[in-house]
Amino acid sequence: MKYVDEFRDPAAIAQTAAEIRRIADPERHYRLMEVCGGHTHAIYRFGLKDLLPDNVELVHGPGCPVCVLPMGRIDDGLAIAAQPDVIFTAFGDMMRVPGANGSPLEHKARGMDVRIVYSPADALKLAENNPEKHVLFFAIGFETTAPSTALTLLRARDKSLHNFSVFCNHVTIIPAIRAILDSPDMRIDAFLGPGHVSTVIGCRPYTWIAESEHKPIAVSGFEPLDLLQSIVMALRQLNDGRAEVENQYQRVVPWDGNRAALRAMAQVFELRPYFEWRGLGFISQSALRIKDEFSEWDAEHRFQVPGVRVTDPKAAQCGEVLKGVLKPSQCKLFGKECTPEHPIGALMVSSEGSCAAYFNYEHRKSGELVGIGA
Amino acid sequence: MCLAIPGQILELIPGPPLLALVDVTGVRRKVDLGLLVDENPVPGDWVLIHVGFAMSKISEQGAHEQMQMLRMLGEDEAAMEEVSGYGQGVSTSP
Repeated sequence: MKYVDEFRDPAAIAQTAAEIRRIADPERHYRLMEVCGGHTHAIYRFGLKDLLPDNVELVHGPGCPVCVLPMGRIDDGLAIAAQPDVIFTAFGDMMRVPGANGSPLEHKARGMDVRIVYSPADALKLAENNPEKHVLFFAIGFETTAPSTALTLLRARDKSLHNFSVFCNHVTIIPAIRAILDSPDMRIDAFLGPGHVSTVIGCRPYTWIAESEHKPIAVSGFEPLDLLQSIVMALRQLNDGRAEVENQYQRVVPWDGNRAALRAMAQVFELRPYFEWRGLGFISQSALRIKDEFSEWDAEHRFQVPGVRVTDPKAAQCGEVLKGVLKPSQCKLFGKECTPEHPIGALMVSSEGSCAAYFNYEHRKSGELVGIGA
Repeated sequence: MCLAIPGQILELIPGPPLLALVDVTGVRRKVDLGLLVDENPVPGDWVLIHVGFAMSKISEQGAHEQMQMLRMLGEDEAAMEEVSGYGQGVSTSP
């Protein structure tokens, strides 16, 4: 544990890690899925796996919005942006994600007007300042980000701003968890629930996981101690034969979520009948579309969208990694053709993607060790 | 993507929309308070910010711990780049 001394309250961390080792039944194997990509990043960064006994396994979930976006949606967004006088805007995370004909950044190099924004509100401002252009905001994210897009659309309507639209790729976490539980090759014993998504949706939407699926879930914060405490909560439930929703991250996550955020989302969005997830396939009612009354600001309504479907490169095994069936290093391309510098799959692009996290913290570490030993 | 950045409200900017001038370790930017309308935010409050919108109120201690955690995660620079970027690049020139 290279970083342990830098942590807040290292004594509590050592104690909690000891508690995990004490309560983990050596006769059992525990598979816990951390749903959120931020958790995946933190687990690798802090080397938390080194603190866990071998029979407590962490499986990385689908909660990295960049990673689950099918490649065709990037090409669709770029096809809209290829029309005259369109400015393409997106968060920085999106810029290096490859579409079939290159990433947004590569399109920029070929002359497309592509700009990074840090907030959807800034995309709106760009539209106000460029009345002769159309500003397209490529929206991605789970419920953490969707309320901000919703408020931005409400502001666009209030301002009667007609040269702005959103290409909506917002997804919702609950159907993804359901798809994982329904998948025959997935055996998950318990979940570590996402932190910031839950500040918006609260804990109530998870109750079916406990009540109908009889799986424990502990909504977790991002610090090492948070994650270890959440693991203790999940193991205790499993050992006791309980299945409940527990909230380890109470200092940030209210049980009922953020009602203003939920109101804004309900005003602007409705569920799509189905949406494609990279690696998981089509999942019903798993994504948001813009309601008809806001269709003027819906890029899919205003523009011809080609509806591109691109299969991932055959050798890349993003789907299996995304579902936790394969570890990143078991993919044939990992660390060879596919690296953070030259990503082939989206899991290698985002710092929240399990391949990038694994590469940066595990693969490089083992490389260093080999170097020292040689 | 899911960075939650702690900051302190310095002053409210009357709306609508309800905005605030927020300080994040010395960098001051306008942040949208539209998701906190039920919580009556006032100057001095600490908030978690995500993509330019304050998403929840937190304690001062919680704010310091969050910034420390971003440092531990190696994401403090990305967080400051995000905050510094709010309201930038919105002019006509690319």
